[in-house]
Amino acid sequence: MNRQKTFYAIAAPVTALVVALFVTSLALLAGGHNPLVAFQKMVHYAGSIDSLVVILNKSIPLFIAGLAVAVGFKMNLFNIGVEGQYRLAALVAAAAGARVHLPAPLHIAFIMLVAVTVGALWAGVAGVLNVTRNVNEVVSTIMLNGIALGIIGVLLGWKPVATLQGAFRSTRPLDKTAWMPTFNRLFGLNKSVTASYGFIVIAIIIGVIVHILFTRTRFGFDLKASGMNPGAARASGVNPKAMVMRTMLISGGLAGLIGMSIVLNQEHRFTQEFPQLLGFGGISVALVGRQKVGGMALAAMLFALISRVSQVLPEPPLFAPKEVGTIMQGTMILSAVIAYEVVRRRAEAAAVKHAAEITAAASVAVAA
Amino acid sequence: MNLTVRHGTIHALIGENGAGKSTVMKILYGAQHPDEGHVIVNGTETHFRSPKDAIALGIGMVFQHFMLADNLTVWENVVLGAEPGRSARIDHAAARKRITELAKANGLDVDPDAFISDLGVGERQRVEILKVLYRGAQIIILDEPTAVLVPQEVDELFHSLRELTAQGVTVVFISHKLDEVLAIADDITVIRAGKTVAAGVRPADVTARDLAELMVGSELPSPDTRTSTVTDVIALELDRVTVVGTEHVNSRESSMRTGEPSAEESQPTGKLALDNISLRVRKGEIVGIAGVEGNGQTELLETIIGIRAPSSGRILLAGDDLSDDNTRTRRERGMAYIPEDRHRDGLMLPSPLWENVILGYQSMPPFQKGPWIDKAAARVRAEAVVKNFDVRTPGIDTMALALSGGNQQKFIVGREMLSNPNVLVAAHPTRGIDVGAQAAVWDAIRDARDNGLAVLLVSADLDELIGLSDTLLVMLRGRIVARLNPGTVTKSELGQYMTGAKIAEEAA
Repeated sequence: MNRQKTFYAIAAPVTALVVALFVTSLALLAGGHNPLVAFQKMVHYAGSIDSLVVILNKSIPLFIAGLAVAVGFKMNLFNIGVEGQYRLAALVAAAAGARVHLPAPLHIAFIMLVAVTVGALWAGVAGVLNVTRNVNEVVSTIMLNGIALGIIGVLLGWKPVATLQGAFRSTRPLDKTAWMPTFNRLFGLNKSVTASYGFIVIAIIIGVIVHILFTRTRFGFDLKASGMNPGAARASGVNPKAMVMRTMLISGGLAGLIGMSIVLNQEHRFTQEFPQLLGFGGISVALVGRQKVGGMALAAMLFALISRVSQVLPEPPLFAPKEVGTIMQGTMILSAVIAYEVVRRRAEAAAVKHAAEITAAASVAVAA
Repeated sequence: MNLTVRHGTIHALIGENGAGKSTVMKILYGAQHPDEGHVIVNGTETHFRSPKDAIALGIGMVFQHFMLADNLTVWENVVLGAEPGRSARIDHAAARKRITELAKANGLDVDPDAFISDLGVGERQRVEILKVLYRGAQIIILDEPTAVLVPQEVDELFHSLRELTAQGVTVVFISHKLDEVLAIADDITVIRAGKTVAAGVRPADVTARDLAELMVGSELPSPDTRTSTVTDVIALELDRVTVVGTEHVNSRESSMRTGEPSAEESQPTGKLALDNISLRVRKGEIVGIAGVEGNGQTELLETIIGIRAPSSGRILLAGDDLSDDNTRTRRERGMAYIPEDRHRDGLMLPSPLWENVILGYQSMPPFQKGPWIDKAAARVRAEAVVKNFDVRTPGIDTMALALSGGNQQKFIVGREMLSNPNVLVAAHPTRGIDVGAQAAVWDAIRDARDNGLAVLLVSADLDELIGLSDTLLVMLRGRIVARLNPGTVTKSELGQYMTGAKIAEEAA
């Protein structure tokens, strides 16, 4: 039985990976490129210390975005608004952080606190709408994304928040006290080129906390029950409205932290060019990682890996478009979702069969 | 099982829950195949492979739960799936004309341009009937058509049915409300445990009492010489509780499925599901609720446990008013709940048993310690439930969905009983479990009762009700219509109260 369980756990991601590689090969072949050469170059490129650092750096926001989305997914609450929540939170936190002058750890804590609060409040709007007016959270969070973008545009144009710095508008730079340390010395990096973000430590801590929240706490149990069977959850004493509200706030709070590695470790401000689509990336991470913290960490790294290695595609001798990487990611998400579902059904059927055999055996024993 | 329906008549098919009415219906409608025997329509033997074949032969089905699109108009709903006109264009004018004619000819008064969302239940039912007529049905099967109607709408329905038969349509009317059957049917067939026990009965020749006896079977007195453990301490009290009926709509799920915001969490039907209910359950007492399904028992249980909010009235637990408290508080105060639908309300199917044992008790010791869930305690409790209630399972790590229905039921009963409740609110505690295990569950409930548990028991099993209850109440159309002594009442008598054939004043 245990061997079977392990098999089921591994089968799905492996299938997804194989299918993704296969489809990517087809795409490369269709463009007249040799997939074997491409994969070889990609693997080679991924192996460098620079690549490793970049992949880890890029996976931090994706991982946190995955956590934010997963909290909602667990109870079938689809927070599509992570995108707007993290961008708004990053802007307000960066702007607020630039206005205060505090000692190092406090300054960072203050900025993160502001980000969490803004993210939670913005998600809370969708929560309130759902609980009081029964507005579907998918619709409201999508709308709120648009509104958040608008607000960001307005704030960036407002003097007390942002000024024109070089080519684009940005908040004032943060004091050095708000700069997150790096691991550059550990990797022996020249920090002007690639820095290893110290925020990864915080991301790991958040991951552990969320894991404990999911698996060990009453809240986690209520969350799981609400997702699996809303009727039974309600009959067991879970208040569905309170649950929607709490989950939205937690999801939004986590979303607020998505942009923090970029604000604290990379840009030290919020600019017009702040990275986009991390919220939607989080949806992919949550899907592929099956809303399990470890799975999502791997998924985030996988996506970061693909986006990194697809950069070698346009280089000689391949000259393949780097969008092939996007094809790979997309196929991976689709096939993972399908594979998980197939495996889930198989596992359930196997459990039913096993239970039936045991019960039948017991009856025979009683009869004998 | 035999059933013969004369052309152009209203034929009532009656029987208890589980007597086989729905199976007969499915066979007639082509959704299920008989293992043996034939279905003969207008003298020709037929074999339906699907409901499509049945419709082609003029047999139409009107289900108890309407299948209408709320945001379309009446005529659009009627033609949906059978649109006139070529290719992508729908011939509006022709469709509307035909529907208006059909409605007029059959006395089905409904505006073809009205939106379904604006219609009452009675009108919606007429649209369903129009739908099958539009598809050329000459034989219409109605599954418990009056279950959702208020008395005035019932009269209107009966009027329409009379018009239909006058037009040569044949109606098969499935019901267990005897007064209504006697009022409308030309012929009556009674089935019990899958067998025809009376065929071609004329309403003029029988009384509701006779029918009730036929339905529930022979007179079985239940001698019971147990000593009463009923105390004077009131554990649970309902004080003039009224609940407006709603269609059970799961908001989370429906909003997910349709992707559109629903205006209301559940749609009020306008009917009172519970009408001024007052009752008391004392410590050491089992109060049984008898009634044909759909007469307010579900709402009663859900209101007591706090899933449903009463529009007026109070619910008291050990003298404290808990009307404004939520389900969690009620459970923490010692209320245990065995739900009617174990899959919908009782289990997390993809979760292992040891997780399911926590469900309902996650905020109480031994499972909750601070913010944490104590898994070890859950495993211990799950093992105890499996052992004491003879749950047949490979182990407590097995997913709940892997267990047979009976074993799932035993697990739920065990979970609730081992939580040491003060009040047990139970629906069909032995539904789906085998005879041996049934006795064990009964013993467990009786033992707990002897130790001071107050039990409110809803069941469709009359033997169970009579055998377990200290007090027996009968519910009909959201009211308590009789209070009976389970020591003296017979199943037949009970059946008459349940179907409205006999009313309490008569007995008093």
